[in-house]
Amino acid sequence: MNAPFFKFGYFGDEVSLLIAVVIGVLFGFVLERAGFGNGRKLAAQFYFQDLAVFKVMFSAIITAMLGIFYLSWSGLLDISLVYKGTTYLYSQLLGGAFLGVGFILGGYCPGTSIVAMATGRLDAVMFGVGVFLGIFIFGEAYPLFADFMFTGNMGVVTLPELLNISYGLVMLIVIAVAVGGFFGAEYLEKRWAEKHGGSDERQSGETVVEETIEVTIATQTTY
Amino acid sequence: MASDHSPNELYGASAALIRPDTAGAAPYWNPYVSGVLLGLVLLAAYVLMGRGLGASGAFSSVTALAVEKAAPAHAAGNEFYQGYLQNGIGGNPLKSWLVFEVIGVFLGGFLSAALAGRLTGNVAKGPRISVRTRLLFALAGGTMMGIGAKFARGCTSGQGLSGGAVLNVGSWAFMLMVFALAYALAYSFRRLWT
Repeated sequence: MNAPFFKFGYFGDEVSLLIAVVIGVLFGFVLERAGFGNGRKLAAQFYFQDLAVFKVMFSAIITAMLGIFYLSWSGLLDISLVYKGTTYLYSQLLGGAFLGVGFILGGYCPGTSIVAMATGRLDAVMFGVGVFLGIFIFGEAYPLFADFMFTGNMGVVTLPELLNISYGLVMLIVIAVAVGGFFGAEYLEKRWAEKHGGSDERQSGETVVEETIEVTIATQTTY
Repeated sequence: MASDHSPNELYGASAALIRPDTAGAAPYWNPYVSGVLLGLVLLAAYVLMGRGLGASGAFSSVTALAVEKAAPAHAAGNEFYQGYLQNGIGGNPLKSWLVFEVIGVFLGGFLSAALAGRLTGNVAKGPRISVRTRLLFALAGGTMMGIGAKFARGCTSGQGLSGGAVLNVGSWAFMLMVFALAYALAYSFRRLWT
C-alpha cells in the first residue's frame, strides 16, 4: 500500500472528484449528527453551556493525528506527499481574529453553514451569503494587502520542528491538553445544567410567546 | 402550541446539551463518537488524496467565477480571483476538489437531517432576539468569516481540523486566535444566544 493513493497515481482527476463527493457526504453526515447544523448549539460553546464543538474538534484532530502518524511510521503513508500549508503567521492570526468575531456573531463556520443550509435554515443561508460577500470584499481589496498576506513567513513548519521536540511528545501534549479539556468541559456542562435545571429561567412568558410567533413566521418564509 | 424553540425542548431533562430542536427528532450523537468518526473521515481524505477537508475554498471558487462572469477584465487583473479560476480540472473552476467535497457536505447534511427527522427549516437563535435580528447578525458573521478565512488561507475545516491534525504551526496559531476572540466577545454578544 502506497498512500496518499492519488499522489501515487492510483486514480486520476475525475475519480478524485467522485471521492471528494463521498468524503464530503460523510463529513456533512457526521457534522449534522453531532448537532453542528444548529448555530445555537455551536454558539453555546462560548457560554460554557454545551462544549460539543471543543469535544468533537479535538477528538477528530487526535484521531486523525494518531492515524497519520501511525500510517506514516509503518511506512504505508508517505507524509512528505501530504499537503501541509505554509505558515504565514500574521495573516493567519488576523484571519483567526476575523473568524472568531464571525463565529460569535453568526454562529456558524463555512462548513457547518452548508450543513445547516441543507436542513433548511434561513439563518445559515444568510450566513452563506455573508461568506460570499466577505470573500468578494477580500478579493476586491486584495491588491491593498497582497504584501501583508506573505508576512510572518515561517515556511512549512510543524509544532515539533518549531519547539524542537519529538513528534511523539507533541502528540502526547496535545492528547493530555485535550483530555484535560474534556474533563473540564464535562464539569462545566454539569455545573451549567445544575444551575439552570430543567427549565430556562431567563425567559419571561412574554418573550416565549413573541418567539413562538416569530418562529412560525420564519418557518413559513423558509418554505 | 408546538413551537420548535420552546425552552423545554431546547433545555430538556438533563439540560446540559442544546437538544435537537424538533420534537420527536433523533438525539444528536455523542460528541466523542462524532469526533472520532470525523477524524476517520479526515484521515481517509489524507490517505486517499494527500489533503485534508475544507469548506471556504469552495465559496472562493464560486465567488471568483461570479466575478469573472460579471466583469471578465476585472477578474483577469486580480491575482486572488485568478488563483481560484485557474484551480479547477480542465480549466473549469467549479471542477475543483473542494467544490465537489462541499456538494457532498450538503448532501450528507441533508441525508442525516432527513433520517433524523431534523429537516426543520427553523432559524437557530437565542430566545431574546427576533428572527430579523438573527438574520442580520448571521449575514454580518458570515461576512467576517469570509474575510477571515481568506486572510487565514482556510477556515475551521481547512486550517483548524486538517492543519491541526498534521500539527501545522500556522493552523494552531489560527485556531487559538479563533477561540480567543470568540470567547472574548461572547459576553458582549450574549443577547444573541442566551
